[in-house]
Amino acid sequence: MSILIDAKSRVLVQGLTGKEATFHSQRMLEYGTRLVAGVTPGKGGQLHLGLPVFNTVEEAVRAESPEVSIIFVPPLAGAEAIMEAAAAGIKLIVCITEGIPVLDMLRVKSWLKKCRASLIGPNTPGLISPGQSKVGIMPGHIHQPGPVGIISRSGTLTYEAVNQLTAAGLGQSTAVGIGGDPVVGLRFVELLEMFRTDQQTRAVVLIGEIGGQAEEEAADYLKASGYPKPVLAYVAGRTAPPGKRLGHAGAIIEGRQGSAEGKIERLREAGVKIIDNPGRIGVTTAEILSSLH
Amino acid sequence: MLIHEFQAKDFLRRLGWGVPEGSLAETVEEVKRLAGELGCPVILKAQVLAGGRGKAGGILKALRPEEAAHLANRLLGSKLVTAQTGSQGLTINKLLVEKAVSPKKELYCALAVDRRNENLVAIVSQQGGLDIEELSRFRPQLIKKIYFEPDEGLKNFQARQLAYFLELTESLVKDFVARLKLLAGFFIEKDLKLLEINPLALTEDNRLVALDARIEFDDCSLARHPEIASLRDESQENELEKRARKFGLNYIKMDGSIGCLVNGAGLAMATMDIIKHFGGQPANFLDIGGGVTEEAVSQAFELLLADTQVVSGLINIFGGIVRCDLVARGVVTAASRLSLNRPVVVRLEGTNVNEGRRILEESGLPFIFASDFEQAARLAVELSGQPR
Repeated sequence: MSILIDAKSRVLVQGLTGKEATFHSQRMLEYGTRLVAGVTPGKGGQLHLGLPVFNTVEEAVRAESPEVSIIFVPPLAGAEAIMEAAAAGIKLIVCITEGIPVLDMLRVKSWLKKCRASLIGPNTPGLISPGQSKVGIMPGHIHQPGPVGIISRSGTLTYEAVNQLTAAGLGQSTAVGIGGDPVVGLRFVELLEMFRTDQQTRAVVLIGEIGGQAEEEAADYLKASGYPKPVLAYVAGRTAPPGKRLGHAGAIIEGRQGSAEGKIERLREAGVKIIDNPGRIGVTTAEILSSLH
Repeated sequence: MLIHEFQAKDFLRRLGWGVPEGSLAETVEEVKRLAGELGCPVILKAQVLAGGRGKAGGILKALRPEEAAHLANRLLGSKLVTAQTGSQGLTINKLLVEKAVSPKKELYCALAVDRRNENLVAIVSQQGGLDIEELSRFRPQLIKKIYFEPDEGLKNFQARQLAYFLELTESLVKDFVARLKLLAGFFIEKDLKLLEINPLALTEDNRLVALDARIEFDDCSLARHPEIASLRDESQENELEKRARKFGLNYIKMDGSIGCLVNGAGLAMATMDIIKHFGGQPANFLDIGGGVTEEAVSQAFELLLADTQVVSGLINIFGGIVRCDLVARGVVTAASRLSLNRPVVVRLEGTNVNEGRRILEESGLPFIFASDFEQAARLAVELSGQPR
């Protein structure tokens, strides 16, 4: 098993005929992902990469019944693309697009609640269930199927973590990039809950970052749920320069949360194994898993 | 994108908010003349794009025009170092000269994006000024927050709740509600991330006056607001950071000796963390991003070496969208242009790694190759001369 996507998942590509989408759709097809259609307004009726292209997501859904959509559109069109997919009944939307304005994302979030759709991203490398399906832009070959679930706020750092795991002889059940933007779809908590009941997953690695509250929420959830599987975490940004502050309002809204130290402390208290050296993500996970026997 | 106080106050004035009488000056003579015209005491306010100006001596009061001229002479052209500027500070090119206002009471008012609740929030406090953050922790009962949605906007009743919380007189409530609604509309229309009025003065004659204002726009939205994008003040950016932005690079100067060039913000932060872990000090944060060109990589490498504090370099690339061969070509171009005189450790992985490595090897330049992330960091730290 895996979470969110598997070999049977039928995938739509929004913005399929664009340059980046074309490149990555080819890679996804090579990986074995079941791409079933594309959407580019004005190009309906064409074939691209052997896939039927539709003008709207609604038409694509009627003709090919995709369950998942991956979005490659320009930043200012990103929010509408997500809303269109949700309105057409797509239940899992993966938005690769980087640079969507934050107010657009607030509108997206309230829209998604009405449609009961899940979003991964934006500004994410996507997700992959190795050996089954890749809905994203990560290099497929570094992955292999196995027992480790990964949830990450980062892009290339996720590849680094996967590469270390694979080198340590540990494959992955599903690796999910939740995206690096201030407002994203699914966060650590929802995905930890999915990994909790996934039979293939025996341990979960979290890759966090400074800023926001996602790690703190994860810590609270893990503590409250008595999580049954080992969880490891690396939080990037301990040495990051104190960014230009968001005035005083930031402190009033978020309190003193958001620093790497604060996140690490909260996760440690919740029983998470903290990885201090990002060069040892793979080795440490292997140690933890072998100590389970 | 942060704008200057004087720009923020222009917006406030247009939205009907009271601001102190004043004007902008770029020379000592102008300051003196304005001080005479406005009538002393006046406040001179350094226009730099950072908070913490007051504590750093960038906001000064003058009792006579001569004193204003004297202070202006000291401030204009100098660098102001605040808690938020970094050690290099920011150059003061402009002073805002304002007639001093003596408030009966100092309040606080802000609009912001609350990423935790995924909503917009309006915040007021019965007590404004410098220690607002302390206040939020120790006397939260003085602060009220109300959430609203971008498509709905701030409602009359919500603004009214805030006005009554501030204990404004009946005559001011109506004004405040109308203006706060305009402010919220402006926030949404122009894609702001933050709008803060602190302090918001209540004067003896019962007027509300915005003594200071901070407005930050969402960089991602500037493409749809060209009139806002044009407000950017490039003189307030570090030279190296400015050069980086032109090429779509994300560069932040730091104080260490190991220059880093990495793809992806997370991996770039992890690279800095691991350097520190092995006892070294990163000289910068540099993320070349995903859609980088060969020329931008060259620029990135030049930037890294332009920092004279850099003793050794570390290139850490995990190719995904970015191809290792493209990075290698960009680095070699820059290195041959510059006559590379410091050791550079290279770690390449991912898309087109073999081709990238071949290009670097065949360049004949003295790169030091590392097989993994950890080894790369150890080598770079050793070469920077900082013992573990």
